[in-house]
Amino acid sequence: MMPVPPQSVVIVSLLLFGIGVLGVLTRRNAIIILMSIELMMNAANLNLVAFSRQHAHLTGQVFGIFTITVAAGEVAVGLAIVLALYRRFNSIYVDDVRLMKE
Amino acid sequence: MTPGPEPILFYVLSAVAVGAGVQVIASRNPIHSAIGLVTSFLAIAGLYVLLHAEFVAAAQVLVYAGGIMVLFLFVILLVNLRDRPPLRPRLRGAFAAAAGLLAIGAMFVAAGRGRLEGTAAGASSAGGPGAAATGNLEAVGTALFTEALLPFEIASVLLLVAMVGAIVLARDLRRE
Repeated sequence: MMPVPPQSVVIVSLLLFGIGVLGVLTRRNAIIILMSIELMMNAANLNLVAFSRQHAHLTGQVFGIFTITVAAGEVAVGLAIVLALYRRFNSIYVDDVRLMKE
Repeated sequence: MTPGPEPILFYVLSAVAVGAGVQVIASRNPIHSAIGLVTSFLAIAGLYVLLHAEFVAAAQVLVYAGGIMVLFLFVILLVNLRDRPPLRPRLRGAFAAAAGLLAIGAMFVAAGRGRLEGTAAGASSAGGPGAAATGNLEAVGTALFTEALLPFEIASVLLLVAMVGAIVLARDLRRE
């Protein structure tokens, strides 16, 4: 069995995280921004699991499971906020929401 | 050590994960973004299997590809979508792209520096007989319920709070 080198996994995780950062910075749709945040959490999770494999220690995987749990809660609350925004402003585009700026 | 199918699988899954990730932020239609997201999640679950983290892979498929995607699709269908250009006005878009590229560059530098120190440990763990060669559910379960028992219970409370919060936030107060 030829193992997957952790360095390659780190590069993949890096690319996914970069895509997430770009998405958060460039998109205006709040749902897409949440999806980009999910991509970044997945990239971090991939790193945790890869390092768990590299050091032959299970703590990384346990942390990965907790990350998935927290991501589920975060998405539920985030999408509820998106729904509340839509009711209030009739829009889910983040540049339409600027109550604190005016 | 004979080269198995893992390297090819790894490259295919990585390409799918990254390509689908690009689709998430590049497509105009949020439904297409959601499809890209679920594809990316499933490819990452495959990567977890290659890394011998079978339980994390199963949790990934159940929670992300199952629960979270359904939530995303429901909200996309609930809100009214108007077509708009995806990027901000030119100057701010360029600024955002520059900031993103800078962050990616910094992380590439960090990953490049980490390689020097990481190789020895990776090689030694690769040479060993691999304690988790055939599934690790039992070991993960033991770790989860002994070392990580308190975080585990706190996570359950967190999920309860998130659920109640989501219900309260998403409720339409004006109609009641």
